[in-house]
Amino acid sequence: MKKILKNPRNAYGEKLVELGSKHPDLVVLDADLSKSTKTIMFAKEFPKRFFEMGIAEANMMSVAAGLAASGKIPFASTFAVFATGRVYDQIRMDIAYSHSNVKIFATHGGISVGKDGASHQMIEDIALMRVLPNMVVLSPSDYTQTGKIVECMVEHEGPMYARIGRADAPVIYSEEYIKQLEIGKGMIVEEGDDATIIACGTMVDAAIDAHKMLQKKNISTRVIDMHTIKPIDEQLILKCAKETNAILTIEEHSIIGGMGSAVAETLMEKNRSNQITFIRMGIKDQFCESGNPEDLLEKYKLNKTYIVQNVQNLLKNQ
Amino acid sequence: MANINDKLILKLEIAAVKARKQIIEMLYKAKSGHPGGSLSAVDAIIALYNVHMNHNSKRPKDPNRDRFILSKGHAAPALYAALSQQGYFSEKELQRLRSINCMLQGHPACRYTPGVEASTGSLGHGLSFAIGMALSGKLDNQSYTVFVMLGDGETDEGQIWEAAAVASHYKLDNLVAMIDRNFLQIDGNTEEVLRLESVKDRWLSFGWHVIEIDGHNMEEILQALNETKAIENKPSMIILNTIKGKGISFMENNIDFHGVAPNDMEYQIAMDELNLHQKKLEVSK
Repeated sequence: MKKILKNPRNAYGEKLVELGSKHPDLVVLDADLSKSTKTIMFAKEFPKRFFEMGIAEANMMSVAAGLAASGKIPFASTFAVFATGRVYDQIRMDIAYSHSNVKIFATHGGISVGKDGASHQMIEDIALMRVLPNMVVLSPSDYTQTGKIVECMVEHEGPMYARIGRADAPVIYSEEYIKQLEIGKGMIVEEGDDATIIACGTMVDAAIDAHKMLQKKNISTRVIDMHTIKPIDEQLILKCAKETNAILTIEEHSIIGGMGSAVAETLMEKNRSNQITFIRMGIKDQFCESGNPEDLLEKYKLNKTYIVQNVQNLLKNQ
Repeated sequence: MANINDKLILKLEIAAVKARKQIIEMLYKAKSGHPGGSLSAVDAIIALYNVHMNHNSKRPKDPNRDRFILSKGHAAPALYAALSQQGYFSEKELQRLRSINCMLQGHPACRYTPGVEASTGSLGHGLSFAIGMALSGKLDNQSYTVFVMLGDGETDEGQIWEAAAVASHYKLDNLVAMIDRNFLQIDGNTEEVLRLESVKDRWLSFGWHVIEIDGHNMEEILQALNETKAIENKPSMIILNTIKGKGISFMENNIDFHGVAPNDMEYQIAMDELNLHQKKLEVSK
């Protein structure tokens, strides 16, 4: 079946407009990237509630915190690389420490940003945000889930970080199916009992493809969409450790400190009785380079082919 | 608009000397903290909370309250003295500054202390935070004013100049900033560490209304704050020419007291000097 492609960034922009009518306190800030992050849709509809901050991200994050302290629900948007590393101290003090109701919504996360190269390929953001007390960390996987996550962010009180990629992505979920989504609860996308693939963001679609390829080799895999990386769904991870023989994590992020690390921490501390094999897939402590997204994901071994290989190896090594 | 008279000025001067005693007492008990910058900033903070700010300690979250952000968070003792005088918490709390399980953190923390609007201590953030509050006030057609105090050394930080541009761009006449211009930062004189002059021209060039005054003169502080009320379509900056360590002879202009608490002897001398000053003021009453 041919996949339907839709851009999660459009889901973000469209959902902001939809929610903007329902929530008069919703305000949006951007740092000269509103055409790319799609906050421009909100800016056109609600010009008074949109604050263009210019190319000055540090100021933007603290301004967002000041708006939140006055009862607003601010979404601050820019590329993931500028939304986290560049403004870490502002997020730490004014948003996380202050338990501010700021929603940081980053686009262009991961290496599939492509040709702009390592300067724009953010592979450390999840680690940076995960380590901050009070911060909730989200990585939606498709158009539909992105819209639902934005809804949840408005409802949830407190600091949150969400990242999506740049590119169009295959639609995984229907609007009806996504209604069940809850922050902090991973979603079982495919059932299986030999191994579990836990994926987030852009890698969920690759995991589903790998599931199908493995099915043909008589290997049954469970696929989890771990859209919430913090708080991580420990219960579900431990359930998978009990019910399947191996766990593989995959994310478009450094293997250090990301979703795979969160899963590993849970398994090491809390999985007492089940013998499983485990591997993290991600960027292996290196910066990447310019190139087509597909070429990059191939070179840095983040696609369905490598998932299939790794699952087979995990099961072989038992 | 404050009605400035001798009686009000004297009242504020007495409140300020009491606050200086509280600062010394706090730091002596805590055996750590920042006397120099607390003593230079305290007069304007006392004037704000006593006269110019519309606030009520019984309703610290009132949406219409005027707000004060201490961006130079290391001057927390000056803020805590003012807040305790205004009834946000008991004066007894001051004795426990920087202790475990205490509401008074080493640097201002909004989740710990009633009346503290923003968590500061990492320099350069407060002006931006204040802009967020001012933008919100404009959006909701509320009449409150947001006040923010910066250190002069703090304006080395690049974020200050991002904020300076944004406040001017959005014509935030409900924002009043002050610079505690004491000419000293940790590594020395501000002009030797990283030249700031002309401070006035810098802010003027960013489109701000700028007033320069003696930051220890209550009459000038009140006049300057009155002046800002009439300014439209631009933010105001009051440059407070101050003396680091003001009010205690051996701390004045002495960079060694940026971040060092007084010892037993220094504490005694400081309190004697401040008590004497307070007595003189009370006699003139």
